[in-house]
Amino acid sequence: MSEEFKIEIVNPEKSFLVKEDVSEVVVPAFEGEMGILKDHISIISFLKPGIIKVSSKSGDENYYIEDGIVEFKNNNLSILTSSIYNLSDMDKSVQQDLLKKAEEEAGKSDINDQAKYLVDQKIEVLKTLN
Amino acid sequence: MASLDDLKKRIASVKSTQKITKAMKMVAAAKLRKAQESAEKGRPYSEKMNNVILNLSSGISDKENAPKLLAGTGQDKVHLCVVMTSDRGLCGGFNSNIIKKAKSYFSKILDENKELKIITVGSKGNDQLKRIYGDKIIENISFKESKNANYFDADKVGKIIIEKFEAGEFDVCTIFYNKFKNVITQIPQAQQIIPLNDEGSENSSDESYEFEPDEDEILSNLLPKNISTQIFKAMLENSASEQGSRMSAMDNATRNAGEMVDKLTIEYNRSRQAAITKELIEIISGAESL
Repeated sequence: MSEEFKIEIVNPEKSFLVKEDVSEVVVPAFEGEMGILKDHISIISFLKPGIIKVSSKSGDENYYIEDGIVEFKNNNLSILTSSIYNLSDMDKSVQQDLLKKAEEEAGKSDINDQAKYLVDQKIEVLKTLN
Repeated sequence: MASLDDLKKRIASVKSTQKITKAMKMVAAAKLRKAQESAEKGRPYSEKMNNVILNLSSGISDKENAPKLLAGTGQDKVHLCVVMTSDRGLCGGFNSNIIKKAKSYFSKILDENKELKIITVGSKGNDQLKRIYGDKIIENISFKESKNANYFDADKVGKIIIEKFEAGEFDVCTIFYNKFKNVITQIPQAQQIIPLNDEGSENSSDESYEFEPDEDEILSNLLPKNISTQIFKAMLENSASEQGSRMSAMDNATRNAGEMVDKLTIEYNRSRQAAITKELIEIISGAESL
């Protein structure tokens, strides 16, 4: 029996990635990293800034995302996100820009706890990329 | 009858107008392809988003305490209408179709003695509405600077709407835009976004989901996003419709200008011929009298 399922990543502009033959996806869910294999229970969860790792026959691919929702159902994984970057062709300068913006935001005084938590996450992830 | 010189000038001016409309048609055609493409590409996101929300809301057992964005305020007094139009003119009936639809909705609301508030997106809608409903317009947003519809702009509009909703400024929110069917047909749409109208929900899933964190938290985070997504969808549809509408309007204009040039040319030739004949008659009758 095959151990593969379908993944679809969409952002508002387009369908970012569609793959039929993924064996494992690791997503940065809100309450910690979550690995999804075939026949996972149906789940809906939030994503926090982090790295999505998609493993398939053709190798691993890594994507950096800033937010999103993940839905898994009947071996279909859908990820909705408004900002996603493929790590392999992500420029260092883009990373620096994002990091700078995030740090600016973290420096604001009127930021609430949840937003602060997300921004801190973002900074942490971006720092490990560099 | 107009003199030969006048006719000549008119033909030249109609021809140059034709050149402009032709160029505009070409530009619209090129832009249309792009806009149509992005409208089609944007559909999966809003559909998926809708699906997730439907699944979520069917999972909520306690409807009473459901987030207000989903269930509404329980009242139906103040209506907010977001009228989305273009920033540029010369696009046929595009803007007036939306306005017409919106106006009939407005008068219905006012007839029912409800309060009306209007947000216009795009300057053309504002121009047309401010004459009659000027006191009802609470905000006018325009994205003249951004070339293409982008999510960032939609998010801005969405945030404004949500802010006003949370401040209790309205109960029901409806957006007006043109849905792109094809180049010739665009259908003006009125879509209610707050409270969420689950029309056509085929409630396919009896399946239970696992939620992380819990439903309420996901929903309260997701619903504002959904507003922006719906607005973005409307913006994409609108920009495709605008270009389609402009293309067919300019196509018509070019054709009309062509017909006019033909007519004027015939008239010009006739009067030139008449002048020649007149001169000949004068010469001949002059020669005869000698």
